[in-house]
Amino acid sequence: MTTKTIPQKPVLHAGKHVNPMDRQSFGDRVISVITYIVYAFFAFVCAYPFYYIIINSISANNLSERGKVLFWPMEIHFKNYTRLANIPGLLDAAKTSVLRTVIGTVLTVMIAAFLGYMFTRDTMWKRKLWFRFVAVTMYFNAGIIPWVLCMRNLGLANNFWGYIFPMIVQPFYIILCKTYCESVPRELQEAAEIDGAGTLRVFWQIMLPVIKPILATIAIFAAVNQWNSFQDNLLLMTNRPDLNTLQYVLWQYITQANSLKALISNTTNSNAIMAGLATAATATSIRMSVTVIVVLPVMLIYPFFQRYFTKGIMIGAVKG
Amino acid sequence: MSKKRRSYMEFLYILPLLILVGAISYYPLYGWIYAFHDYMPPKPISAETFVGLKWFEYIVSNPVRLADVGRVLVNTFAMSGISLAFSWFPMIFAVFLNEIRCKPYRKFVQTVTTLPNFISWVLVFSVAFNVLSSTGAVNSVLVGLGWIDKPIAFLSSKDNVWFRMWLWLTWKNAGWAAIMYLAAISAIDEQMIEAAKVDGATRMQIIWRITIPCLLPTYFVIVMLNLANFLSNGMEQYYVFMNNFNKKSIEVLDLYVYNIATTGRGNYPLSTAISMLKSIVSVVLLFITNGVSKLVRGEGFV
Repeated sequence: MTTKTIPQKPVLHAGKHVNPMDRQSFGDRVISVITYIVYAFFAFVCAYPFYYIIINSISANNLSERGKVLFWPMEIHFKNYTRLANIPGLLDAAKTSVLRTVIGTVLTVMIAAFLGYMFTRDTMWKRKLWFRFVAVTMYFNAGIIPWVLCMRNLGLANNFWGYIFPMIVQPFYIILCKTYCESVPRELQEAAEIDGAGTLRVFWQIMLPVIKPILATIAIFAAVNQWNSFQDNLLLMTNRPDLNTLQYVLWQYITQANSLKALISNTTNSNAIMAGLATAATATSIRMSVTVIVVLPVMLIYPFFQRYFTKGIMIGAVKG
Repeated sequence: MSKKRRSYMEFLYILPLLILVGAISYYPLYGWIYAFHDYMPPKPISAETFVGLKWFEYIVSNPVRLADVGRVLVNTFAMSGISLAFSWFPMIFAVFLNEIRCKPYRKFVQTVTTLPNFISWVLVFSVAFNVLSSTGAVNSVLVGLGWIDKPIAFLSSKDNVWFRMWLWLTWKNAGWAAIMYLAAISAIDEQMIEAAKVDGATRMQIIWRITIPCLLPTYFVIVMLNLANFLSNGMEQYYVFMNNFNKKSIEVLDLYVYNIATTGRGNYPLSTAISMLKSIVSVVLLFITNGVSKLVRGEGFV
C-alpha cells in the first residue's frame, strides 16, 4: 500500500504573513486574543438561550423541570410537540398568526410598491403634497390610548382586520420603493406609454418586475413584523380570545401559571401519568415547546434574509 | 386621454390609500378630544361630557397623581438616559468585530448576535423566563457550582430594574445596531489605513485615529435619534417584563398611559391627556434635534 502525498501549494513563507505590514506586534496579538474571547462570550450569550430551550423541549420532562438539562438533550422524546395539537386554542392562534402574516405581508409589499411608484409620477395632481402627507406620519403618533379609541370607532377592534389595516401603509417602505423606482431609467416607462399602456399597466407589467429586489427586502421585514406583533393583539382584541396570536398565547402561558395548570390537567390523562414522568406535560415543557414553535419560523427564514441586512438597516436610516 | 384627466385619474388611484392613512395615522390625533371629556365607555362623548382642561389640571393638582407622574418620568429618563450613555456600545462592538481576521468566526459572531433582534419582546421574555427562572440554566449552574445556596429570583427582583432592562435591550439590539457601523467601516478608504500601517501605526492607533473618527458622523445621528425618542421607550418590553415586584421602577410613560387606561375602572381621558402632552413634547424634541443636526452636519435626519 502506497501512501499518497497530497500535492501542496508552493508556500514562500509558511505560516507567516508575507506582507511585512501585516506583521502583528505583541500588543496587537494581545488585543486579538482578548477580542476573540470577548466575542465568543457575546455569541454564547446570544445563542445559548435558544439552544437551552430547544434541548430542554426534547428532553425528559422530569429532568427539564428540575433544570438538569444544560448542555445536551437527555432521554430525547418529541411528545411535547405532538401534544401541542391537543392544547385548546393553540391551533387557532397559529392559524391567526399565519393568516395575518401572509395577508399583511402581501398587502404591505403591494402598497409600498404601488405608492412608491405612483409618487414618482410627475403627472399626478398635487403629487408632492400627497407624498408628504404619507411620509410625515413617520414622525408623530397620537399615543396608544387615543389610537385604540379611534380604532374602536372604526370597527377595527375585536376584528381580524385590526391586525392588517393599521400596519400595511408603511412610509419607510414606500420611500424605499420610490427611491428605487427613481433609479429605473425613465425610457422604460415612456416606451410602454407610447405603446399605449396606461399608468396601472405600466406599474403592473413594467415596474413591478423591475423593482422585485427591493420588494424581497420589504417582504421579509414586513413578515417578521407581522409575526412578532403583540401590542395590537393586546390593545385591540380584548373581547375576542379566538383572535389571539401565537405571541399573545405564549405570553399568557408564561405569565398565567394557573391557566397553564388547567391546560395540563386537561391534556394529561391518566395513561400519560402511568407511562411515566419523563413525557408527562409540565408547565416548563409546554412553555418551552411553544416558545420553540413561535421562534422557529423566524429562525428558518433567518439564513435567507441575512443578505438583506444592510438594506434593512437602511430602511431605518432613509430620508423622506 | 387628456393630460389633465390623466393627472386626476392617477390621484384617484391612490385616493383609497390616502384615506386609509388618514384613518390610521391622522384620525387618532382627533382622538385627543377624549382628553377634554369625562369619557366612560361605552357611553359616547357629547357636549354634556365636555369638561375642558379638567384632566390636565387634575394631573398637577392631585398630589398622588403628580407623584406618580414624577416617578414615571424618572423611570423614563433613567431608561433613556442609560441607553444614551451606552449608545457607543454598538459602535465599539462593530469596531472590534471588524478586527477579527478569521472571516468564518466573524460571520458566525455577527449572525448569532443579530438573531435576537428578529424575535419579539414576548419571546425575549420567554427566553429570560426559561433561562433565569428558579430551575433555569443560570440558577442551576450557580447552585451547582455552590456559589449561591438558593436560586435567585432574577425576574421578580426590584433591584437594578433600569439597568437590567438596558441589558435586555442591548441583548436584543446591539448586534443589529452594529451592522450599520460595519457598513460604515467597510466604506473607509483602504489607502488611509495602509498609509498608517506604513508609518508604523499599531492596531489600537488605527482604531483610535482612523476608524472611530470615521464613524463619528453616524454615531452623532444615532445620538440625535436617541434624544428625539427620549420620551418614547415603547411599552412592549416593559409590559412583558412588568410584575407586581418591579412595577414601580419599570413603568415608563408609554406603559403608564396604558396602565391607567386598563387597570381598575380605566381612566381613558387622563391617559389621553398624558399621551397628548408626551406626543407634543416628542415632536418638539424632534424639531430641536433635527435643528441641531442641521447646524452640526449641514443636514437633518427628517
